[in-house]
Amino acid sequence: MDMLELLNFYIIPGLVLGSIYALGAVGITLAFAILRYAHLAHGDLATLGAFIALAIVQASGMPPLAALPFAMIATAVVAVGIDKGFYEHLREKPKIITVMASLGIALMVRAVVQVVWGVDAESYVRGIVRPETYWGLRIKDREIWTVVFMIVLVAALQIFLARSKWGKAMRAMSDNPSLALLSGIDNRKVVVLTWIIAGGLCAAAGVFLGINTELKSMMGWQMLLPMFAAAILGGVGRVEGAVLGGLIVGVAEELSVLVLPSEYKAAMAFAILLFMLLVRPTGLLRGKVL
Amino acid sequence: MELIGLANYALFMGIFIGIYALLALGLNIQWGFAGLFNAGIAGFFAVGAYASAIVTGPAAEGRLGGFDMPFFVGWLMAMVAAALIAWPIGKICLRFRSDYLAIASIGVAEIIRLVVKSEPALTNGARGITSLPRPFGDLPYVQSQMAYLAIVAIVLLGAYSLVERQFNAPWGRMMRAIRDNELAARAMGKNIERRRLEAFIFGSALMGLGGALFAHFNRSITPEAIDPMVATFLVWIMLILGGSGNNRGAILGAAMVWIIWSMSEIATDQLPAEYAVKAKYIRLFLIGLMLQLVLRFRPEGLLPEPQRGKAVADSNRE
Repeated sequence: MDMLELLNFYIIPGLVLGSIYALGAVGITLAFAILRYAHLAHGDLATLGAFIALAIVQASGMPPLAALPFAMIATAVVAVGIDKGFYEHLREKPKIITVMASLGIALMVRAVVQVVWGVDAESYVRGIVRPETYWGLRIKDREIWTVVFMIVLVAALQIFLARSKWGKAMRAMSDNPSLALLSGIDNRKVVVLTWIIAGGLCAAAGVFLGINTELKSMMGWQMLLPMFAAAILGGVGRVEGAVLGGLIVGVAEELSVLVLPSEYKAAMAFAILLFMLLVRPTGLLRGKVL
Repeated sequence: MELIGLANYALFMGIFIGIYALLALGLNIQWGFAGLFNAGIAGFFAVGAYASAIVTGPAAEGRLGGFDMPFFVGWLMAMVAAALIAWPIGKICLRFRSDYLAIASIGVAEIIRLVVKSEPALTNGARGITSLPRPFGDLPYVQSQMAYLAIVAIVLLGAYSLVERQFNAPWGRMMRAIRDNELAARAMGKNIERRRLEAFIFGSALMGLGGALFAHFNRSITPEAIDPMVATFLVWIMLILGGSGNNRGAILGAAMVWIIWSMSEIATDQLPAEYAVKAKYIRLFLIGLMLQLVLRFRPEGLLPEPQRGKAVADSNRE
């Protein structure tokens, strides 16, 4: 197998898949670090975002990328609503109770998708897209868009976290919640902000998965494990770590086909997760261990 | 005629409640005693079901099996197999907060599902393993159902008395101490990782046994026999509603949730076909909502965890 073939059939699809995982993993890593629990409904929230975008595409006829901002906003609103309705009153209890509640939310969100849109696979646009060739590399337009959007969104988030007042507040909550509260940071606003960002990114992950493959009611749940593997691989609380982790998990899943039967592609994320917990639970970029 | 049908249905339901009660007891050891979050119950259930099926099932071309062991050997093997899967997972994840175990156990269930579907040499793929021996399966239908219900009840009673005994024993007290204040328990010299591993393995073994009971009741096990997410979630809501930390609560919760669940299925099956499919998902939504409501308004469950020595502690404080 020559280099070009490796790039075309494994590395490029891996990077695209990895970008999708990265978008979800950033939200997971923020929730894990700031709110301090593993949010198990993250995948199904991504499914919801993807289907909201489908509804917009079908209703207005606009391309899915144009529907993306609306889907992100809608999912962010849903995420904040879920937090207000179901997680907020559990805040004083052990965090693991919220993890359990989020498992229930995952089931509920998926049930809503299944009732409203059914269980059949859907897609944004019909027809086959032919890849363009750039110096021997075969890349589809939508693959470029996926990676570019991921980079733009994460860069914007990084600037927000580094420069703005509320971004700093979020980082402070992540580093030391008691100290952050003592210095007058409004915990409730930080939580809402975290959910807006996590919900929006979640919808982006779902929409891009839908653009590159198809929309199914289980699509998000099946992304949950790779997204968590990416967040832990990169280091919990590290945004750039989640991106790095997402890309590695995506490429590793595609490359795993070379040595494992393709049925076990999904097992790769699990193997990475267990391996990291075993040898370096802080992740590649020294995140935190809760 | 109606009456016999009803009695048959009650027998059928009783057997299922018994099997789910075993799963809830297993989860109670993990969550109720030790605070471990296992989101992969269906995975351990499937391992138990297939382990027992392989050990006791008939021989088949190109598939592991044909050992023709009696059913109780199969049930024992189911427990051993589930425990063997739990061991490495617990070893890796129990050093951290339970969130990590939750994620890893979702992964375990997913991998087990993949293995079941794609290793025909072990599991016969989508067709599953059939014609498993069923104890007293040669009797006429009703008697055979009654006999099986009796067996399930005996197994459940045995498991209940053992778990209850452990709960009141020093081991159970230590587990609760670790759950409620890990730091203090560590300062008292308790080996926390090891104790948690024990709870995780015991609980998983019970779940494996539940799987084996299920497989032999149906005389077959196929990948479609059980919906992983629904089964896992039902067991969780059974334990939380019944009262985590209370073994009787776990059994009560299993009975209540299973009755609600299967009654609502009967109700929605009466609907025209186009609504019946949607109704299935509405039921899932409602069961998820039920968990949220219990967590909000009655987090201790219907039968709260018994607080032994609390009265003494309170009077000492005064």
